[in-house]
Amino acid sequence: MNDGIITIFAMATSPLPSATTGDGAFLRILLLQDFNTRVVVAGAMLLGAVGGVVGTFLLLRRRALMGDVLGHAMLPGVAAAFLAVQALGLDRSLPVLLIGGGIAAILAGLAVIGLRRASPLDDDATMAIVLSGFFGLGVVLLSVVQSSGGGGQAGLEDFVFGKTASMVTSDVVVIAVGGVLVASVAGIFFKEFRLLCFDDGFAASLGRPVMGLDLLLLAMTVVTALVGLQAVGLILVVALLVIPAAAARFLTDDLRWTVVFSSIMGAIGCWIGVTLSAAAPGLPAGAMIVLATAGIFVVALFVGPKRGLIQRWSLGRTLRRTVGRDHLLRSMLECREVTGDGEITADALMRNRSWSRSGLGGLLRVARRAGEVIQIDRDHWRLTDRGEIEAAAMVRNHRLWEHYLLEYAHLAPSHVDRAADRIEHVLDPVLVRRLEAELGASINAGQPGSPHPLAAHDFSRNAPLTGEQES
Amino acid sequence: MPVHHRHRNPPIGPEHDPQAALSIHDVTVAYHRRPVLWDLDLDIPRGVLAAVVGPNGAGKSTMIKACLDLVPRVSGSIRLLGGEIGGVQGRIGYVPQRETVDWDFPVSALDVVCMGLYRKIGWFRPVRRRHRSLAMEALDRVGMADFAGRQISRLSGGQQQRVFLARALVQDAELYFMDEPFASVDAATEEAILDVLRSLRDAGRTVVVVHHDLQTTRDYFDWLVLLNTRLVAAGGIEETWTPENLRATYGGRLTLLEAAGWAMGTAGSGQRRS
Repeated sequence: MNDGIITIFAMATSPLPSATTGDGAFLRILLLQDFNTRVVVAGAMLLGAVGGVVGTFLLLRRRALMGDVLGHAMLPGVAAAFLAVQALGLDRSLPVLLIGGGIAAILAGLAVIGLRRASPLDDDATMAIVLSGFFGLGVVLLSVVQSSGGGGQAGLEDFVFGKTASMVTSDVVVIAVGGVLVASVAGIFFKEFRLLCFDDGFAASLGRPVMGLDLLLLAMTVVTALVGLQAVGLILVVALLVIPAAAARFLTDDLRWTVVFSSIMGAIGCWIGVTLSAAAPGLPAGAMIVLATAGIFVVALFVGPKRGLIQRWSLGRTLRRTVGRDHLLRSMLECREVTGDGEITADALMRNRSWSRSGLGGLLRVARRAGEVIQIDRDHWRLTDRGEIEAAAMVRNHRLWEHYLLEYAHLAPSHVDRAADRIEHVLDPVLVRRLEAELGASINAGQPGSPHPLAAHDFSRNAPLTGEQES
Repeated sequence: MPVHHRHRNPPIGPEHDPQAALSIHDVTVAYHRRPVLWDLDLDIPRGVLAAVVGPNGAGKSTMIKACLDLVPRVSGSIRLLGGEIGGVQGRIGYVPQRETVDWDFPVSALDVVCMGLYRKIGWFRPVRRRHRSLAMEALDRVGMADFAGRQISRLSGGQQQRVFLARALVQDAELYFMDEPFASVDAATEEAILDVLRSLRDAGRTVVVVHHDLQTTRDYFDWLVLLNTRLVAAGGIEETWTPENLRATYGGRLTLLEAAGWAMGTAGSGQRRS
């Protein structure tokens, strides 16, 4: 029984045949100068594109792992078909084996759906059970095939980890036919799939057959996985379904473009993977494709304009900067309000708010560059006219909100400062006008007074902090 | 999931009004053998704003889903606009609970509203310009025209709820089911939704709303269904809005807050009406 498992691991590590290598070989591969290379690259890219299309819907329907289940479940089907063909004494041909794999995958899909409905088990448990059960059976059947002898089983191993590098024209034709089929169904039912994935309850209320559409999506996944066996094998085929689709979510907020980007990235990933594995002998092509696709995902994760890490980080930085600048201007104005002295030291500001010296220094530099403050001498700063206007608006927003909270939320005066601190940066003109309208009777026009004592003792000694006096 | 029981949809009793917008006859719904709705029997007439009120887990959402055939029922029958759900789907509108969908989904507000037209557009046909302009009108009615192109995750909760309402509006239905449209929305949205609901009723449509705020129930609605697994009371708001009914609905579970809300709602309406 262990034979099957050992075989699988042996296959994973054994080098796949690759194109000729040597000086200039990489260039030949890159430029698609050999017919074989062209066939392999075309097949792999087609596959990546199709996987990207189906994967988008699968991912949005929260069925990403379903691709994994269906892929693994093909092993017993392929092996059983092989045994049946052998027993009947027929020629083993690719279509027969694929049909066997397809039937097994469909059975697995139905098993997941059936278990989900009939048992209180969650989706993940259901899929884990079905995946491992089918794959276990596949490993058993594979060892039966191995022990039954005969040189014919060599082709069977290709299904587990793929045989990208030895793809022939007929394989590419199979992929193309399957791909066109799946892509046209996705196009024809695009609107329905969008609705299904977004809001299945509403779809059902419109009389749309939710179960039927789910089965159609399942069938599309099966077809994609079947043709994908040729390239990456049944263990890794899930990668072609899920990874490009997940990467595309970082690039766009429109479903149409998600599909387009997903299939483009799938195709590019496959091309890079194939090229690398052909150039470096011994690297398994299927795994290289998955790695290349994963690499694209990581790039999208960082630089993607929609929720990519860098974009989110820079948004956060911009926000922190705005907040810091707002606080600085407001502190300076309030400091002058309390002390009557427009020349303000950093120390006075630091007593008002828990800034670090370097942090405050940075804020002051930024504000100076923006022309909102000027440095009078080494220690003293003053608001410019422009800074004054900005600061007045900021103070006004802050106090309007404080008054609003006092009046309508019945917060204690000592608590409103903190709350207003957070919201003053996002009050837009519309909200400010509404606040003014609400508070109209209770506050004066112009600058409202602070509802709580400004920490007068903080500002009053407009002097360096004790203990930090510079000598 | 639709329909496993159409073969046994018994005729509706003669005590039900054939003109009613919605008739529920002896309906029982169970999840994993635990009854969620027990022997529910009621009529809702046409042209009313009806609130479905009850404590958490009372089966309010389930009642709506049973009407739309989204959950299988153990027994009983339901008539919508005098027919069975399969025959009237084009005349029904639905606003699901906001939490049931993924708001990170890559669609714009306009895309979502267009979904309300998918049945009208039909299979195999794309959304066209005239469909989009219908959707724009609906967005305008809920004050969301400026946000049509915005991806839905960048809308506030109240704005998302209004998009859902606009999607129901383009359905141009005679009977609407809305699941907690007022749940955690801002005051402006609450106002906008209420305006739309009232204009629907004034145009002779029927709206059935799962509602959780006892304080506003009496002001907003003119028909009331009090539910706690079983039906406690159903009828015009003036007849059914009594302390006894409320107590029977909430039992010991009427929290202090809800009781206060009810009291305020009652007092408030009293003042306004006198």
